[in-house]
Amino acid sequence: MDLLSNLGMGFSVASSFANLGFCLIGVLLGTLIGVLPGIGATATIAMLLPITFQLEPVSSLIMLAGIYYGAQYGGSTTAILINMPGESSSAVTAIDGYQMARKGRAGTALATAALGSFFAGSVATFLVAIFAPPLTAIALEFGAAEYFSLMVLGLVMSVALAHGTVPKALAMVVLGLLLGIVGTDVYTGTPRFTLGITQFSDGLNFVALAVGVFGIAEILRNLEDEHERQVMTRNINSLFPNRDELRQIIGPVLRGTGVGSILGILPGGGAILASFASYTIEKKLSKHPEEFGHGAIAGVAGPESANNAGAQTSFIPLLTLGIPANPVMALMIGAMIIQGIVPGPSVVTDQPELFWGIIASMWIGNLMLVVLNLPLIGLWVKLLTVPYFVLFPIIMAMCSIGVYSVNSNVYDLFAVAFFGLLGYVLSKLRFEPAPLLLGFVLGPLLEENLRRAMILSRGDPTTFVTRPISAGLLVLALAVLVLVFLPQIRRRREEVFTESEG
Amino acid sequence: MSVSKLLGAACAVTLVAAPAFAQGYPERQVTMVVPFTAGGPTDTVARLVAERMSADLGKQVIVENVGGAGGTLGAGQVAKADPDGYTVLLHHIGMATSDTLYRNLAYDTENAFDYVGLVTDVPMVIVARKDFEPADFPAFVDYVKGHAEDLTLANAGIGAASHLCGMLLMQALDVPLVTVPYKGTGPAMTDLLGGQVDFMCDQTTNTTQQIKGGTIKAYAATTPERLAVFPDLPTTAEGGLPEVQVSIWHGIYTPKGTPAEVNQRLSASLQKALADEGVIKAMADLGTAPVSAEEATPEALKAKLESEIARWKPVIEAAGVYAD
Repeated sequence: MDLLSNLGMGFSVASSFANLGFCLIGVLLGTLIGVLPGIGATATIAMLLPITFQLEPVSSLIMLAGIYYGAQYGGSTTAILINMPGESSSAVTAIDGYQMARKGRAGTALATAALGSFFAGSVATFLVAIFAPPLTAIALEFGAAEYFSLMVLGLVMSVALAHGTVPKALAMVVLGLLLGIVGTDVYTGTPRFTLGITQFSDGLNFVALAVGVFGIAEILRNLEDEHERQVMTRNINSLFPNRDELRQIIGPVLRGTGVGSILGILPGGGAILASFASYTIEKKLSKHPEEFGHGAIAGVAGPESANNAGAQTSFIPLLTLGIPANPVMALMIGAMIIQGIVPGPSVVTDQPELFWGIIASMWIGNLMLVVLNLPLIGLWVKLLTVPYFVLFPIIMAMCSIGVYSVNSNVYDLFAVAFFGLLGYVLSKLRFEPAPLLLGFVLGPLLEENLRRAMILSRGDPTTFVTRPISAGLLVLALAVLVLVFLPQIRRRREEVFTESEG
Repeated sequence: MSVSKLLGAACAVTLVAAPAFAQGYPERQVTMVVPFTAGGPTDTVARLVAERMSADLGKQVIVENVGGAGGTLGAGQVAKADPDGYTVLLHHIGMATSDTLYRNLAYDTENAFDYVGLVTDVPMVIVARKDFEPADFPAFVDYVKGHAEDLTLANAGIGAASHLCGMLLMQALDVPLVTVPYKGTGPAMTDLLGGQVDFMCDQTTNTTQQIKGGTIKAYAATTPERLAVFPDLPTTAEGGLPEVQVSIWHGIYTPKGTPAEVNQRLSASLQKALADEGVIKAMADLGTAPVSAEEATPEALKAKLESEIARWKPVIEAAGVYAD
């Protein structure tokens, strides 16, 4: 069969001594930058791009890909340990992962993330290998109307992210949507809510917002109460999940892998939803939904698997169409072009060694990552015992460098400071940042696709229900809405009779 | 005495000492500002030449991406930089069009920069979804005129080259079309591949491989001559629309007041980079070519910028589209 011989060729390319070395360098670097708060894969790949010119095309792409998924692994580490997500995907991991860490289960959370990611990465890699072309065809069926309905589904799900009250979660989603509007209107070129600051004309920087409302806010909270942190570091449990915990994560990992693989294929921003969607599903399926937000292991296992699966499958549009699904993929395209390979539909047939070599390297890279990361967990957890007066300034400095490096824009740093304060105030008022972040990420996509769909349909709103995929997604959104609100209504009835325990 | 005064004094000294200082140029690494995000077509062009220029100058030319506001943020940053030759700007046609598109620019396009030279002219091609009915360019023109109300024209956002090219096409055909803006050429191309929109005008950097792969259909090149990569593809002029001519020309600028010797040194280095086999081949893969040595000069770039500002001003004003 073709597939086997192709994979064989891929592995022979990827397992050459040099390529194994570059793969290792890539995943090491990726892990390292993922662990440094605020510094993302985009900035690192941009900085390393010139170095790759000297390498063979396959080697350089293997290394860059390694950085990308290595950063996905590393990003969850900061999310869990210091509540500092570097990318939208790890924002979800921060919710329960950080709570686990506060209860002294940081090791378990990190190991769960690593194992889940490894499983998801391996499965998704084979999906890329087997189904890349047909999956691409499905992804192209997604037009503006379909993306709009997908984003609606995502927004509905976001309410389930919150473990507080629904009105507060809704308020955060709306605030996020509003913040997402900041920037130039795609359709008229008019700047909106930029306060006349040209530097905000392309919108607020996601990393600045996430680092602010999650990380800086958390630092401020910790400064308030040093005692709480000592509790967190004193009783660190064993590093690996026990048999019982392993049993608890199997389901979430499998479902997360499925959800992430599917959403990762969509070039118009589907991967963003992967970890959010997985979290919602796990919370709904769980027998103990009340544990979510307070350190539920499924809330780490599912989303981590989903985001890693999505990271792998987002290579599909790149490799089969030459279309970047996110800024990192855009950089990979730049790297390919400089190497004399112009990405496009013909890469698979013209450059089979490259295509299959990269795919095989993904699997090798994932294996390296899990081998690397499991022993490192002990070391990461020890970081928590570093005195706060040392750790705090380091985190702040790293964040600032990371945020600045994305676009060399000082205003992004002002935004970090502002959102740090905002996040602190919100946490005092018991509003949660996760729905805000999702609103912020989805808002621009929602608006852009709504208006594009309306332009394409010449102003006919029925386009959302007459296109079958779009209609299906909207029905699903409605179902989720019912699922979310039913227990709320039921609970409220009960609360009339019993005093809420707060 | 404030820091800025100190800096000002230091700059004044630098200016006075410029001729002597130009002799040893460059003594340290040169920053090439690209006013767009990393990985895009402009970034790719910059990285190609920066690498070869580094070899010639003997010091690294580092590409720094200062994206945002259609390239005006990065250009504004270079306009304000020290005119010592250690900060240069690589910008494309947007340098000329943003002068009209943005009515509140932080710099005066024609007076804030010195010139190093042109780099490359990236041609554009009118492309459509692969099952678009017309068989050739004349049929395309008739079809678009006849079905204007049913067709959609994609572009990569207000002020993008694809938008400018679309404006020219609509003005030339004298038909209003429903235009669908996207955030960049990537998503626009995705929807063209998926048949969600009908056609667009895009640079060869993005279209060449797709056309070769048969995933989209090409109708005409927007250049005076046929393209080397597609010798069978007619030009817009052959099809009776000579006014639809757009190419994405790239140039390298320095802040106003940079010593002429430094600009000449950079220009010589640019010419060497453009003559490099590797650069020629990489550009050919993208469906473009380096400009000639005569064009990679300060004079040629200055003339190009001025003529392009004059050319696009009425087009943009007639369409009434502004980006601010």
